[in-house]
Amino acid sequence: MDALTLIAAVSIFTAGITIAIGSIGPALGEARAAAQALQAIAQQPDEANTITRTLFVSLAMIESTAIYCFVIAMILLFANPFWNWAIEAAAPGAGG
Amino acid sequence: MQITPDSQIVFTLPLGAWGEWPVPVTIVNTWIVMAVLVIGGRLATWGIGPSAPVSRWRIAVELVIGMIRNHIREIGGGDPARYMPFVGTLFLFTLVANLMGVIPGFMSPTGSLSTTVALALCVLVAVPIYGIVDNGVLGYLRRYFQPTPLMAPFNLIGELSRTVALAVRLYGNVMSGTVIVAVLLAVVPFFFPVLLQLLGLLTGVIQAYILAVLAMVYIASASGAEPGAAEDLTPDKETGA
Repeated sequence: MDALTLIAAVSIFTAGITIAIGSIGPALGEARAAAQALQAIAQQPDEANTITRTLFVSLAMIESTAIYCFVIAMILLFANPFWNWAIEAAAPGAGG
Repeated sequence: MQITPDSQIVFTLPLGAWGEWPVPVTIVNTWIVMAVLVIGGRLATWGIGPSAPVSRWRIAVELVIGMIRNHIREIGGGDPARYMPFVGTLFLFTLVANLMGVIPGFMSPTGSLSTTVALALCVLVAVPIYGIVDNGVLGYLRRYFQPTPLMAPFNLIGELSRTVALAVRLYGNVMSGTVIVAVLLAVVPFFFPVLLQLLGLLTGVIQAYILAVLAMVYIASASGAEPGAAEDLTPDKETGA
C-alpha cells in the first residue's frame, strides 16, 4: 500500500470514527440537561422563560464538543493538508 | 467541495506599492450584510421622535432593541446602554449574516473561520476594557488571582480557550449547516435539503443569541457582577419587598 492510499484510507476512517464517537458524549449531556430543565419547569412554571433561556445557552455550550469533532472530520475529508501535500508530491512522478 | 468562502476570490484590489489584495467572497458578503443593517436601520428609524411609531418597521426595530436591552439587564448589566452598542452589534450582525445564508448564492460570512475569529477577538479585547473601566487596572488584574494566586495561569488559559470556543462554535454551526445541505443536494435533492435549510435558520438564530449572551456573561463576570445580580435592586411587585 503506497503512501497515497494509506493517507486516504486513514483519513476517511478517522473522520468517520471522530464524528461517531464525538457525538455520543454531547448527546447524552444534552439529554440530561433537557430532562433537568423540564423537571424545573414542571416545578416552577412561572420561571419557564428564564429556564428555557438558560437551557438553550447550556445546550449550545454542550454542543461545542460535538462541533469540534465535526470540524475535524470536515477538515480530514475536504481540506486535508496531508492529502494535498501527497497529491503535489506524486504529481511530478505521474506526469513524467 | 469548499468548506469556507475564503477560497473564492471576487475581485483583486491593486494596492499600488503593497502589491495586490485578492478580495474573497467573505469580505464582500460582510459588506453586503453591513449595508443591509445600516440601510435597514436608517430607513426603519426615519423621523424617529417621542411620538408613537406609525410604521411597522419602527415597531419591529423597537421590539428587537427592547428585547436585547432586557436580556442585557438580566445578565447583570445594570444600565444596558453601556453594553448595548457592542453586544447589540454582535447579535444583529451574526443574526442577519446567518439568516441571509438561505438566499441562493449567498455564502454567509460567519461560515468562514476568519470572521468568527475576528468576532471572538473583539470579545477578547472588550472584556478587559470593560473590566478596567469598571474596576481599574489593578482591580481587574486582581480577579485573575482569585480564589488563589496558584489559579492565575488557569484563569488566563481559560480566557484564551473560551475565546477559541466562541470562534469555533459559531464557525462550526454555520459551516456544518451549509456543508450538510451541499452534500444532501447530491444525494436526495429538494426535500431533505429544504428541511436542513430550515434547521440552518434555527441554529443561525440560536448561535447569534448564544454569541451575544456569552459575550455579555464574560463582560459581566469581569466587571464583578454576577448574572442576575441586577435583578435584586428592583422591588418585587408581588411581595412588596
